[in-house]
Amino acid sequence: MLGCLAPHPPHVVYAENPEQNEAFSEGGWETLRWGYNRLARKLKTIDYDAMVIFTPHWQTYIGTHFLGLPEFKSKSVDPVFPNIFRFNYDISVDVDLAEKMCEVAGDSGIITKMMRNPDFRIDYGTITSCHMLNPEWDKPLVTISSNRNAHYYSPEVMNEQAGALGKACAKAIEESGKKVVLISSHSLSHRHFVTESPLPEDMSREHIYNHSQYVWDMKLVDLMREGKMREVIDIMPEFTEQTIAETEAGGLTWMMAAMGYPDYPAEIYGYQSVIGTGNLIAAWDPMETTREIVL
Amino acid sequence: MTGPDILFGVYCPPHPQPLLSPDASEGYGKLREAYETCRKRIEESEADLILVYSTTWPSIIGHQIQAHPEPEWVHVDDDFHFLGSMPYKFSIDVEFAEAFRDAAKSRGLQSRTVSYDGFPIDTGSVVALKLLNPDNRIPACIVSSNMYANRAETIVLGKSARDAIQKQGKKAVIVVVSSLSNRMFTEHIDPVEDRIHSAKDDEWNRKILEFFADGRLEDLSQLSREIHGQIRVQKVVAYKPAWWMSATMGQHNNYTGEVLSYEALHGSGGAVVMLTPSSGSVGDKEFDEDDVEHYHGDRGVLDKGAL
Repeated sequence: MLGCLAPHPPHVVYAENPEQNEAFSEGGWETLRWGYNRLARKLKTIDYDAMVIFTPHWQTYIGTHFLGLPEFKSKSVDPVFPNIFRFNYDISVDVDLAEKMCEVAGDSGIITKMMRNPDFRIDYGTITSCHMLNPEWDKPLVTISSNRNAHYYSPEVMNEQAGALGKACAKAIEESGKKVVLISSHSLSHRHFVTESPLPEDMSREHIYNHSQYVWDMKLVDLMREGKMREVIDIMPEFTEQTIAETEAGGLTWMMAAMGYPDYPAEIYGYQSVIGTGNLIAAWDPMETTREIVL
Repeated sequence: MTGPDILFGVYCPPHPQPLLSPDASEGYGKLREAYETCRKRIEESEADLILVYSTTWPSIIGHQIQAHPEPEWVHVDDDFHFLGSMPYKFSIDVEFAEAFRDAAKSRGLQSRTVSYDGFPIDTGSVVALKLLNPDNRIPACIVSSNMYANRAETIVLGKSARDAIQKQGKKAVIVVVSSLSNRMFTEHIDPVEDRIHSAKDDEWNRKILEFFADGRLEDLSQLSREIHGQIRVQKVVAYKPAWWMSATMGQHNNYTGEVLSYEALHGSGGAVVMLTPSSGSVGDKEFDEDDVEHYHGDRGVLDKGAL
């Protein structure tokens, strides 16, 4: 397993101008996009069977759900930024692996459900992260919904539940014999501006929402560079509350638990704000021979 | 000066069960019947606009207002996808949407219309419009709920809606899509065994319904912060529907209230309520928080200097 922290502001897809997206841009957010491009090139050199993504924008309150049909083809329109993201997608799903995860997680006491409605629309978080990491869309996905434990209980409960789900998913992957790339799809600090510049890609307007958010984000980046992922997860409830972080959905905790809380340095590919939120692209490569100091 | 012509208001839940599985439990069936009653009342009224405020349409860039003339899609709920799909095609009053946007801007709010093929209309709006206006006899408009907005912004948004209704001379039905208590069970349940998640949620819901039955909408608006703390899962910063509904309908307690149904929806409190303006009132009171006419943005506390 290789793990990627892959934020999903639709702005980065918009800025890339892929043929699937209806909106057209003049660019923008290059620090993130170039970081994504480099990580995507690395993934091309790795032999793996599927991408397994945990997405905050498929929000479920009744357990954790998994996509359960082999293909989904439709259009995803971002409900918040429809002006920049109207993406025509055609994705394949590794249903066997999804079912295995659903089964193992269920056996471990987690409430689960397979999603088999063919009209279901894939969320823009899944699409943005997967497109930026694999623009060719030549790998099947497993998409996992985010159960909103932080809303219903607390960030501490979220941490426990997402950790348990991560361990269950790791067991399912191991039993399947497959090689996967794990994707935790979210920003770090997550306070948005509530206005938008007339030209969304006007980079003269882009900055972090406030300095407190930046300092917290950098604290996490430093810990990641030092390979202290156990510590990152331990302070996750505090970080999440202080920065309204998108880690509230449990993605990073899920991925770190699945990877056994890496004690080796993360590869840092880029950090940049998008409409005020803090976005980091990072990867955890368990193979010492291929692990790099990127930035 | 006379106010805008608001015929009545409807408060209804966002969950899809009354639309997709009304026969799964007696309670879901009763909610469906209550929607049917509202539908008939709307049909019998002289309404030429249904204005929907949906708590399941969150926005970030101010408030968004649906302005596609005929939005069409097949919607599936994130949690209840196994209940089936919800194909829809609505008729939207684009001129009103644009007037509402302009009115909101003139009161200092960030606001924009959205008109894109395939825009994901939320579960709550789809359920409400399909049940209340199934044949699109009356043009509708839908406005989002900004996830960061609090009282001032939401009240000013309601007053903006009121401005636009008055300016266009519409006869409007106001629809607020929201649960009462919104904590659902976190496991799958047999619909027959559905019940309100806790006794506390049930008790608060019934107190809110007493206020609705007495027509005390402005009193409910004033209680919003307390309601949020007591029975709302902390997904957003505040319980906003009563603020918006009261501001839109005129900030008073002069209504004939009808609680048509109150049932559990996977543990949450689902009520269908009608509020019709009347001359009677339980009396208006003096409240702690100031009224607000214009939104001036966040207060620049840090720029004001310290003691």
